[in-house]
Amino acid sequence: MKKAFEKPGLVLPSRGLTYALKRHRSQLLLAALLLAGTQAGAQVTFPTNGISEPKEGCYAFTHATIVKDPQTTVTDATLVIRDGKIVDLGPGAAIPKDAVVVDCKGKYIYPSFVDIYSSYGLGEAKRGGGSWNAAPQFLSNTKGAYGWNQSIKSEVNAVSLFNTDAAKAASLRGAGFGTVLTHQQDGIARGTATLVTLADDRENNVIIREKAASAFSFDKGTSTQNYPNSLMGTVALLRQTFLDGQWYKSRPAKEGVNLSLQAWNDNLQLPQLFAVNDKWDAVRADKIGDEFGVQFIIKGGGNEYQRIAEITATKAAYILPLNFPAAIDLEDPTDARFVALADMKHWEMAPSEPGAFEKANIPFALTAADLKDVKQFLANVRKAIEYGLSEQKALEALTKTPATLIKAYDKVGSLEPGKLANFLIASGPVFKENTILLQNWVQGNKYQLKSEGWNDVRGTYSINLSNGQAYTIEVKGAADKPQVSLLQKDTLSGKIDISDNLINMVLPLSKGSNNGLRLSGIIGQDKWMGTAADSAGNSLRWTAMLTRPFQQKSDSTKKIAAAEIGQLLFPFNGYGWDKLPQQQDLLIRNATVWTNEKDGKLENTDVLVKGGKIAQIGKNLSAGNARVIDGTGKHLSAGIIDEHSHIAISKGVNESSQSVTAEVRIADVVNPEDVNIYRQLSGGVTASHLLHGSANAIGGQSQLIKLRWGQSAEELKVAGTDGFIKFALGENVKQSNWGDRNTVRFPQTRMGVEQVYMDAFTRARDYEKQGAGKRRDLELDALVEILNSKRFITCHSYVQSEINMLMHVADTFHFHVNTFTHILEGYKVADKMKAHGAGAGTFADWWAYKMEVQDAIPQNAGIMHEVGVVTAINSDDAEMARRLNQEAAKSIKYAGVSEEDALKMVTLNPARLLHVDSRMGSIKVGKDADLVLWSNEPLSIYAKAEKTIVDGIVEFDREYDLQLRQRIAAERSRLTAKLLNEKKKGTPVEKASYRPEEIYHCEDLQGGHQHEVIQ
Amino acid sequence: MKRQYIIYTAALAMFLHKAQAQETVYPAPAQQKPVYLTNATIHVGNGQVISNGTIAFDKGKIIAVGSNVSAAANATVYDLKGQHVYPGVIAPESNLGLVEFESVRATKDEREVGEINPSVRSLIAYNTDSKVINTLRSNGILLASVTPTGGIISGTSSVVQLDAWNWEDAAYKADNALHLFLPRLVSVGSASNDPFKNSLAQVESVRSFFREAKAYLAEPKHTATNLKYEAMRRLFSKEQKLFIHAELEKEMLLAIDFAKEFNVDVVIVGGADSWRITDLLKANNIAVILTQPHSLPLMQDDDVDQPYKTAAQLQKAGVLFCLSNEGFWQQRNLGFEAGTAATYGLTKEEALTAVTWNAAKILGIDQQTGTLETGKDANIAVSAGDMLDMKSSVITQAFIQGREVNLDNKQKQLYERYKKKYGLK
Repeated sequence: MKKAFEKPGLVLPSRGLTYALKRHRSQLLLAALLLAGTQAGAQVTFPTNGISEPKEGCYAFTHATIVKDPQTTVTDATLVIRDGKIVDLGPGAAIPKDAVVVDCKGKYIYPSFVDIYSSYGLGEAKRGGGSWNAAPQFLSNTKGAYGWNQSIKSEVNAVSLFNTDAAKAASLRGAGFGTVLTHQQDGIARGTATLVTLADDRENNVIIREKAASAFSFDKGTSTQNYPNSLMGTVALLRQTFLDGQWYKSRPAKEGVNLSLQAWNDNLQLPQLFAVNDKWDAVRADKIGDEFGVQFIIKGGGNEYQRIAEITATKAAYILPLNFPAAIDLEDPTDARFVALADMKHWEMAPSEPGAFEKANIPFALTAADLKDVKQFLANVRKAIEYGLSEQKALEALTKTPATLIKAYDKVGSLEPGKLANFLIASGPVFKENTILLQNWVQGNKYQLKSEGWNDVRGTYSINLSNGQAYTIEVKGAADKPQVSLLQKDTLSGKIDISDNLINMVLPLSKGSNNGLRLSGIIGQDKWMGTAADSAGNSLRWTAMLTRPFQQKSDSTKKIAAAEIGQLLFPFNGYGWDKLPQQQDLLIRNATVWTNEKDGKLENTDVLVKGGKIAQIGKNLSAGNARVIDGTGKHLSAGIIDEHSHIAISKGVNESSQSVTAEVRIADVVNPEDVNIYRQLSGGVTASHLLHGSANAIGGQSQLIKLRWGQSAEELKVAGTDGFIKFALGENVKQSNWGDRNTVRFPQTRMGVEQVYMDAFTRARDYEKQGAGKRRDLELDALVEILNSKRFITCHSYVQSEINMLMHVADTFHFHVNTFTHILEGYKVADKMKAHGAGAGTFADWWAYKMEVQDAIPQNAGIMHEVGVVTAINSDDAEMARRLNQEAAKSIKYAGVSEEDALKMVTLNPARLLHVDSRMGSIKVGKDADLVLWSNEPLSIYAKAEKTIVDGIVEFDREYDLQLRQRIAAERSRLTAKLLNEKKKGTPVEKASYRPEEIYHCEDLQGGHQHEVIQ
Repeated sequence: MKRQYIIYTAALAMFLHKAQAQETVYPAPAQQKPVYLTNATIHVGNGQVISNGTIAFDKGKIIAVGSNVSAAANATVYDLKGQHVYPGVIAPESNLGLVEFESVRATKDEREVGEINPSVRSLIAYNTDSKVINTLRSNGILLASVTPTGGIISGTSSVVQLDAWNWEDAAYKADNALHLFLPRLVSVGSASNDPFKNSLAQVESVRSFFREAKAYLAEPKHTATNLKYEAMRRLFSKEQKLFIHAELEKEMLLAIDFAKEFNVDVVIVGGADSWRITDLLKANNIAVILTQPHSLPLMQDDDVDQPYKTAAQLQKAGVLFCLSNEGFWQQRNLGFEAGTAATYGLTKEEALTAVTWNAAKILGIDQQTGTLETGKDANIAVSAGDMLDMKSSVITQAFIQGREVNLDNKQKQLYERYKKKYGLK
């Protein structure tokens, strides 16, 4: 109550009177009852402090150009509002007798804008829950009958937390908004959003829909719980919660009451918002929705224009922020080095995002979210228009589209009888540069944004003075900041100042004169009049009559030509393609071909590639239409397959919060833009097995990709292959090197590791036997797949005892461990591995980086190979992966492995370990054309990959690479000049700074990998 | 052909060191009589290659190198037909012997507390019994400079030879350089508190320390002795070099400025971006130890092979540089760092020089070693094939100061043990 009285805009009587009146509540009630006789809807429970002042707030805005909706504009029309709603509109609208008439001649009226991604009245977005070195927290800290995970806050309702915020409301109104959909921006499931107007009124009155949408994000916000601590964990949590919600509908007895799941289910009826910060996250969010029949409305991150095809394919509507990146200060050339071309290009192209969406016909709304200063909003809309957005679409994205998306178009988003009286009065077309937003009416309340400019006095006037002198003046400039000049032989500029309808002017009557004619007066209905003083101090009377109205120059917004803003690249990186390459037939002629088949090494041999497959191997093959690549003096091998890689993964390689995280999937977080894809192509890598890290006994599901540079995450994935999962043993799993805080999680010993497996597989076996209606558990689903040999294990391992242990666990549950990775003591148990049927993917010569690798030897691969274990050499490292041929060659050096067998360790053997040897790993007719043309024998340190071919596409070509370097240099220099010019113009700039790339390894905690120069 | 030598080497290793534990891999005794390595391809280290050559050494020193050297009567002669003879590879920047297991704190002796510790000396912590050392020797790495880390001035490194009973035996050149680790001079992300300014403040604190030390040393008598200032004496008298760890342009410019202001011999260690200012480095006579030839490009727009070809760019500009690798166990791959540099623009002999002679010059030991020239220490590696290419590099013999060192190591022993288990040959 008290709070409501303190709202600005309300009549605030003296406090003494308040108390006095409270005692006479009965009288107030009586007054209320009297009113009720005429209008039942006017009743409220809130007592009035003072004389009740019932009013209907009827206004008529006449002679206006009214833009009812983006498609409909009426001129010289009247808008009639009453009780906060529109009652009539049109050229012939009748003006009620009790209406206050506002003459809007020359003005434009628009529906006030609607922002459906806001935290207005709920505080800023929250983040950063747990502290870095806190002890692990396994369950939610939220008190009450809520769910297990603290980042699922479905039970939160913005409407219950909402408090109006006068300052914020005023700034949003200033940008043209009248209505916002607001929610608490905290957590992965953020509960419901409430639709409110920006009127300065009691919360009770501004809420127009209590629960208007449900909101989500990939950001766990203030949750202090460990799970999830990766993007893939977040996706897994969302997926599991969708399933749990369905299951909870049957009110499972043991679960008890779970208010989070209850709310989750209830909220599914609402429009679903999903906030992301990046184009690929938008695609990810949509994909989760697709799995559960939910179409999210996606709040984008501003770089979606870079992959408009994939964005279109989501079929989602978008909410686009307009926080275009600031210009970067490149004046210091050494600092400029740390700014990637991609960042410069994004600066240049980001304003084209809304236009790109319009062109692609993707529905979108605009939001002021993410802007540092909401005052920048309209300027940025105008910028988007310069960069290709149409004005009509801009208006639609601010009114009809957002209102429609949240099913509130019956209330806001256009000017129609029955809708809220939320409208803007502007001095001209709203998106023109010189247009002033004069007033923003919200629920029938007037909010003046700018008083100057309402009276547009611009035009040519004749001034007549009482001494008989006459002058002609011209008033021009902006309506809110007019300028005056005296028209005579030499046009002389004077001064004009208008406050309300009082005016004063100083007109120098001759050139260089300091004191000319000083005039003071009033702007009357038909003429200006008042008192003047000449330079001699004589008092005079004056009048001014309009002789010629101001002629507005056609103010067409300038448009930036598409050519001026550079070119999209796929991926959006200096080395990206300007156009995605097409598959073509190839004939590699006269090379030494390392087949990896029984033919061995074939000299002077041709290989023909058709349709992405190896079509023919032989001598003097006919090229037909194929592009001929001369292989004379060069060596052709199958593409390198890195069986253990962590490149191209977005936001976390370890869901390290639990000992068993079989539910998380690398497939959910493939990052096709990682420049290391290109760098590894330059080292002859054509496929990479992307693994979860080694923090957990049972880690996440793996993903095999081919290095199809420029394609989307989905297109990188190798289809139709067996699923794999990462396991891990030893120090990482038992957290030996995690610091003293991490001594809580089970297991802390190798003994415990075994029990984690026994427990997990026992649970999985029991789960599998449960009948219909069981809770679908994604973690156990993955384990059941292992039990049924439908999913295969790659297990991070070092010492012989644990290797032996896992094979025994597998035997107990009747499955096989497919691959031991790292496996640095594999040489000690190679016979057992062979008997079990396990393969090995190992490092060539790593050791000494931690205790459990003290017995690692560089002859390991050689021994395992000799004993008959399928052995691969892999990287676990983005740099080393570029030299896997050299790593394989170390087996020749240390253990006398033959060159051909060594080559197989990075080609055919990993293909066998990954169950793709029928398609990859050797040069054989019918297999995928994944090939590398080397400058020298492929195992020599002097060999460079000259061309790397994936599915018949030359993905890396050392000659083309030289052209790319030139393109990067030219494009950097063009953008540098442009950015320098921007600084010169006075545009605010940001400091040039280094943005680290995401580079992961299994062994991040233990070292072994080379240090990054800039951390 | 090459495979024969591999088998030969393995057999030799078995014969010599059967059933020996690492603990019984003894440091070799002083050279007793002259040794002649004949019929070999001799890579002198200065670019010269002698085919079918002979190298002779006695009392630890090289006494003859050439194609017409005949063996003395009492000499040990090895016929190295088909094999290659190289100067021992020098690891110019390492924490070898200061760390045994990177993740085990008790085994780490490389990082002392405090920002300015010029008096800290790595030599006395160098563990000659580290199991890692033998795995380097068996790849032809025979000398290493051992560097302390931690703080801004971390202390002094020393060059050690890798076949010793204790650190006193090992010392090849004690306290050859003082190490200064410049903070990174780059703004990262959109950090609100600019790390750049913080870095500059640290640099200024080091400059102040240098100025104070210089002033202190100008006055011979002190009532209170300042060990940190005293530790700077050899630097200012140029008996010691200043190794400045710097990667980025601004850091390297500061390093050049340090050389000028304090009139000291500066070497840049790191030099990731040295290719951008080769002319400045040359003009100021600043040498570079490239620590990460096998690394990812610093920036996503950089040439994909930039770190591989930086060596060739420095060579072309006439900058004195050598190749390094970080860490300790990783040093055994130093020859292959040179191999990569040869693939990306150096000749093979230039690449060899980059891990031998140039390293010796930079460490200040080129009078004793770095090339196979008469009068220098007989620090020699013999390889069955091209030592810079892993597919052919098999070290069959090595000599440090003329002493034939045992090439066995813990890993070979484990190899033998498990070959025995599986009945492999």
